[in-house]
Amino acid sequence: MTNNNKVYFYPMWLRIWHGINALGIIVLIITGLSMQSGIDSGFIMSFDKAVDAHNISGIIVTLNYFLFLIGNLVTSNGKFYLVKPRAFIKRPIKQAKYYSWGMFHGESAPYPLSEKRKFNPLQKYFYILVMYLAVPGAIITGFALLFPELIIEKVYSLSGIFVTAVFHSIIGFVISIFLIIHLYVATIGKSPLENFKSIISGWHHIHHGKK
Amino acid sequence: MMRNRLILIVFVCCFGWLGARAQSYENAQEHQCLKCHSNQTYTFHNDLMERQESRLMNPYFVLDTIALKAGVHHVFDCIDCHSYEYTTYPHSANIKLEPLATCLDCHGGDESFAKYQFERIDEEYQKSVHYQTYGDAFTCSKCHSQHTYTATARTSSNVQEIVEYSNNMCLSCHNSMQEYKLVSGKDNPELVEVHNWLPNQKLHFENVRCIECHTQVEDSLMVSHNILPKEQALRKCVECHSSNSRLIASLYKYENLQSRKGNGILGTMVSNDSYVIGTHQVPLLKTLSYIIFIGLIVVIIIHTIFRILNRKPDDK
Repeated sequence: MTNNNKVYFYPMWLRIWHGINALGIIVLIITGLSMQSGIDSGFIMSFDKAVDAHNISGIIVTLNYFLFLIGNLVTSNGKFYLVKPRAFIKRPIKQAKYYSWGMFHGESAPYPLSEKRKFNPLQKYFYILVMYLAVPGAIITGFALLFPELIIEKVYSLSGIFVTAVFHSIIGFVISIFLIIHLYVATIGKSPLENFKSIISGWHHIHHGKK
Repeated sequence: MMRNRLILIVFVCCFGWLGARAQSYENAQEHQCLKCHSNQTYTFHNDLMERQESRLMNPYFVLDTIALKAGVHHVFDCIDCHSYEYTTYPHSANIKLEPLATCLDCHGGDESFAKYQFERIDEEYQKSVHYQTYGDAFTCSKCHSQHTYTATARTSSNVQEIVEYSNNMCLSCHNSMQEYKLVSGKDNPELVEVHNWLPNQKLHFENVRCIECHTQVEDSLMVSHNILPKEQALRKCVECHSSNSRLIASLYKYENLQSRKGNGILGTMVSNDSYVIGTHQVPLLKTLSYIIFIGLIVVIIIHTIFRILNRKPDDK
């Protein structure tokens, strides 16, 4: 669906999923940090409230993740997450070069977005890693910690819960770093707020390589 | 003369050896007291009826012989503390009223036991809700069975073992209708119910001692003995779930636990067989996460500066 130089990138279900996911993950990061930081988290919320908020958000984000999975299975959105084997490494490197050099030297984007290309190669790789590896990892370890009696008691001399908790924290940290990069890269547009407006309205402006 | 002496020596030695063997806890069946007090039933000769009789043993008077052998007092025989008159059966009624020695009767004021700080323990204990409510009737043995006591907190290198041993002392009354009523005259509160507010209750009960929240922690004492009234029990999660966790001053302070910790980052990780949110942090990962986070922010700032510098010619 195109309208002049606008493409309808983000259908309603995707925007609902993205909105819930964004709010849920922000709550998870704040409460997660507050619990893990080891300082008196009372300045934001008390520990027990943080635990409750973390658990509830975790469950919401998990249910929401199924919306993402099903949405990508039944609609054409799923194809944007498929990687082409050709120039597997070269393509994201080319995009990274553009972000670090080309865009400051008047070069145009090597992989301009169109109705057929919603993500540039670098973006695609990051999204695949986060959505199909990190988030499921966080969900699995998170649910294990929610039902700690299910966790293997000992992994060699380590406590199974300890190992699970460390993995959960590492994944949580990776997702937090992704969120910062995601938010920053989103400001690279015609104007810094343009992409944020797009994910709310669904319409994305195409500046180069118009269809 | 010489021959007679030799016979006497041999006789004394044999008798002594048999006597010693009979009083050893090694074989309960041959121990004069344990042959009855380690069984559910006992048999004796009824002189009045002139026949052998079997009776049920009062279950509260059955001793765990394995725990007895492992206990710190295993070197003593029953009649070292109990009346010699117990060696005959039926036991006479009045010996059951005899006063028994308390911990301080033997351990108090003795230099060889100074490191256990019995006097300090007594001082702290006298402030506790147990002493304040029940006075001298609440003896040490209400919690610490002299028969089976072991200094688990000092010797074990396993947190769960220390926790289980300690909590069983509390639960022996607080989770027993009969024992609780015997001391307090009241019904015991439902422990699971009163601790319902605690998330993951089972995990908490297995990994921390009751005394972590129910006592005033004293740095100078190994195990805090000032059990507080229930209104003063700790209910604030961050007291334990923080980097300066209360557990470090209580449950994790024992040298026997500390010694498991190897040097360096991996050592601390490997020695962990328990996990407390906010307390058991991995220093290596913490440092790494700071470096990555700061690195990312620096890159973003530099990138933003370049974008701002580049914007002007584009806009013209």
